[in-house]
Amino acid sequence: MHRDSELGARYRQSTGKDNDCEKHAELRLFFQSDPLAVRRALESILSGLDHLRLSQDDCGTVELVLAEVMNNIVEHAYAGERSGIIEMRILNDGDGLACMVIDDGLPMPDGNPPMGKEHDLSCPREDLPEGGFGWALIRELARDLGYEREEGRNRLTFRLDVRRTILTS
Amino acid sequence: MELHSETTGDTLTITASGNRIDAAGAIDFKDKMRNLTEFAPEKIALNLASVDFIDSSGLGAVVASMKQLPPGKTLILEDLTPTVAKVFRLTRMDSVFEIRTSGVTNEDTRANAS
Repeated sequence: MHRDSELGARYRQSTGKDNDCEKHAELRLFFQSDPLAVRRALESILSGLDHLRLSQDDCGTVELVLAEVMNNIVEHAYAGERSGIIEMRILNDGDGLACMVIDDGLPMPDGNPPMGKEHDLSCPREDLPEGGFGWALIRELARDLGYEREEGRNRLTFRLDVRRTILTS
Repeated sequence: MELHSETTGDTLTITASGNRIDAAGAIDFKDKMRNLTEFAPEKIALNLASVDFIDSSGLGAVVASMKQLPPGKTLILEDLTPTVAKVFRLTRMDSVFEIRTSGVTNEDTRANAS
């Protein structure tokens, strides 16, 4: 009992000096590149961001952008027989959520994240697109999109604007 | 994702009971929709009130569900939650589907509110 509270105190001392700790706490996850692992990772991330008390709309945006980014890695970077690890880092640094997603899969085609297609939806029903929406959604909802390929590793960075519903200060 | 169906007059109403249509569940959703709509009447309403998240793979599965309908049949979407509505709006798929609010949900909402 005594030991527990001592550890707790030490933990608070090293991590919880003031409100900055919450602002600069980084969420970091590693998971396998498959659709069910992505679903679980999203669940973990959203519960990890719970303390920020994001609005329902912001939660939807965060989940959607991260889902699209991770689904692209599963489908394209680790396409076919490939499989691997996805690393997700999210830092609440006061300028929205700074996100970094790392994988060891295939590079982006043309060395850059795709622009996202503008679909013509006035076509006959049978010609409607069933895919190709992901990058348009990411580019619409995220900002400061960056991409680096280094030593066989993809590193995608972007920011998500979020607002707290309850201001604590 | 469980889907329940009920026919009233010329409309088959399919109600989703899961909370997400995502990459992990898209194929299953599309297959279930095919089975349920194969011999459906003219109008098919898909109620998505329970679905609070859809990604682009899930959206693709909803589009595929409409494309695989026999000719002359239409798919109407009901009761989109805010995040789902946002995905339809941002991809402009809200211009492709008829989207409406079901009467049942409105009454339920009123009952809960009072």
